[in-house]
Amino acid sequence: MTVTDTAVVEKRTPPSTPPVRRRRSRAGRTPWLYLAPALVVLAALLAYPVYQLGLISLFRYTQAQVSGGEPTAFRGFGNYADVFSDDQFWQVLASTVVFAAACVVSTLAVGCALAVLLTRVRAVPRLALMLAAMGAWATPAVTGSTVWLFLFDPDFGPVNRLLGLGDHSWTYGRLSAFFLVLLEVVWCSFPFVMVTVYAGIRSVPSEVLEAAALDGASQWRIWRSVLAPMLRPILVVVTIQSVIWDFKVFTQIYVMTNGGGIAGQNLVLNVYAYQQAFASSQYGLGSAIGVVMLLILLAVTLVYLRLLRRQGEEL
Amino acid sequence: MKLPTRLAALAAAALVVAACAPQTSDNSSSDTDDKTGTLRVWLFQEVGNKPKEQVVDSAVAAFEKAHKGAKVDVEYIPVDTRAQRVKAAFNDPKSAPDVMEYGNTDTAGYVQDGGLLDVTEDFGDWSEAKATDPTAKQSVTVDGKLYGAPFYVGVRALYYRTDVFEELGLHVPKTMAELATTARKIRAAKPELYGLVVGGAYTYGAMPFVWANGGELATGKSGSYASGIDSAAARKGITAYTSLFSDDNCPAAKCAGMGGNDTITAFAAGKAGMAIGGDFSHTAVEAGKVKGEYAVVPLPGVTSGSIAPAFAGGNNIGVLKSTSHRTLAVQLMEALASKKTQASLFDAMGFLPTFTDVRDQAAAKEPFVKPFVQTLTAGTKFVPASPAWSQIDSSLVLPTMFQEVVSGKKDVAAASAEAAKKMDAAFGSVG
Repeated sequence: MTVTDTAVVEKRTPPSTPPVRRRRSRAGRTPWLYLAPALVVLAALLAYPVYQLGLISLFRYTQAQVSGGEPTAFRGFGNYADVFSDDQFWQVLASTVVFAAACVVSTLAVGCALAVLLTRVRAVPRLALMLAAMGAWATPAVTGSTVWLFLFDPDFGPVNRLLGLGDHSWTYGRLSAFFLVLLEVVWCSFPFVMVTVYAGIRSVPSEVLEAAALDGASQWRIWRSVLAPMLRPILVVVTIQSVIWDFKVFTQIYVMTNGGGIAGQNLVLNVYAYQQAFASSQYGLGSAIGVVMLLILLAVTLVYLRLLRRQGEEL
Repeated sequence: MKLPTRLAALAAAALVVAACAPQTSDNSSSDTDDKTGTLRVWLFQEVGNKPKEQVVDSAVAAFEKAHKGAKVDVEYIPVDTRAQRVKAAFNDPKSAPDVMEYGNTDTAGYVQDGGLLDVTEDFGDWSEAKATDPTAKQSVTVDGKLYGAPFYVGVRALYYRTDVFEELGLHVPKTMAELATTARKIRAAKPELYGLVVGGAYTYGAMPFVWANGGELATGKSGSYASGIDSAAARKGITAYTSLFSDDNCPAAKCAGMGGNDTITAFAAGKAGMAIGGDFSHTAVEAGKVKGEYAVVPLPGVTSGSIAPAFAGGNNIGVLKSTSHRTLAVQLMEALASKKTQASLFDAMGFLPTFTDVRDQAAAKEPFVKPFVQTLTAGTKFVPASPAWSQIDSSLVLPTMFQEVVSGKKDVAAASAEAAKKMDAAFGSVG
């Protein structure tokens, strides 16, 4: 009995396993085949430049080396040692982190609040708000920065006249200069958050919101307990985008604080890298700073994704 | 046994890394010296470039007439993006010009990049070169070799409002101390004006104060410089300049962030009693509110009657190493920087000639340039002829130092010591 039983089992299983295996191996290859074009483009446009960045950061590589005036010299981690031993680098890094964090939080708060507002108002004001946001979004950073700077100009700016501040200079103090730049950064980056989150809210089934409203939930409660959890994937993308943008801010600081503020008090990493390295053609040193920035951003993004995964969210 | 294998692996890794070293272009000097063909020239595009074009066109026409078979193709490049253009030209000799105009503070950097041709002998043989102003000559010299011909110079002097001085019964200041007291008197009587408008980021307006007090940017000779910005004399100059940033002259909150152009704009708009401006600022001031109500004198030095040494800015004309028309290109450089061209360029654009005799004739013709010629004659200073200078300049070492003192973040001793440290590091890194 038992013998025949096992024989039956054995007879039944062998034919069934090979197809499974075959399907699995095909499933292993097919996605890659479909991904191949994108991967090739990514490799050419992303991986190769990153490889070059890493490579250059190990060399003494200035204009003299590029144009063949002097031979290139391998420095190992010499460029990194130069960067890390500069006190100013650490100060700039700290202020970049704090400034970027403030920008991200403010941008998200303003963007989400206005997205909720968009769903609550009638067509005409909604259109007006949308148009205003698009205008801010479409304005080039240099133009936006110059206009903001003019608004707050001590001699000619309307803001000082409106607030009766006389000839108060907004760019002289460290914090007030950072605050001014933060306003501009939020102004030009909230539309992306607003539009994305608004699209997300529109895709939430209205029954859910209705049910919450019927239960007597306040607007804040609906956001916190219903919308935010449902929009989580969107919020994650928007946050990561904002972190990356705000960490790399350049134009606003460069234009509004005249290349880093009084005595460099408003320097952020990107402007610092430009001044220390690229403006004087020290490409090796600049690349080292670039690699450090890349690693920091990668680490921030990975840690953030990891935290979300641990909370049980699949992305 | 294990160690050698590891060493071998390391060596192999090093080889791999060395094999994929970043790209460099071959920029060795060209061996060909064609006597016919097209010469490409890059000159700077000035604001209101037409008169310059006319002068250059006539010089080029004469050159083409004298050299059968040679054609000259002149291109005007924007000043703002010149750095990128020149770097690209050094990287790709095929698209590079044969002759180009360049700012004199860039000389040492371009030489280190391997872009400019050594024309020491040609310059020595050039009959007109003897009248060249020594500071102008210094601005084309690196390590005792010449890399071009001076094209024009620019210096700064003291602009002041004649109407304000008359109304308040003030005299033109004779010393640097008097300059400060006069400035405060103007501000006290007219609080809507800055006395002497100064800028925390206006390095070349600040340096005369350091130089007049006997300080130096750096000391040493070609190759091995050491910063002198923290010497006692230099500190005295820094103190003199930064003490002007006070509520009774030019409030720090507004003046600390200003650069040279901002101070000239303020003066031209009638917001300042005095300003430090160049001969090249003349047009801007003439176009402003204060037209007809200002005059210019040399910036006074420490002792009565002396003149504070000014920074000798200006441009040069050089030949690129990659040229395939060496002889012709050098001759064209001499034609463009000749006494005749410089004299007509002064008439057309107001650029000060680099030949002392031509300059004196110009001063006789146009009284406006007199204070600037006086300043040049009294002796000017130049930035260290080191490729490190472009690094020091672009990383804002000096503006940072002045702004740290002005905003009260550091005292003169601490700020200048730190600036000196940064400068020495830059000098050291270029070897």
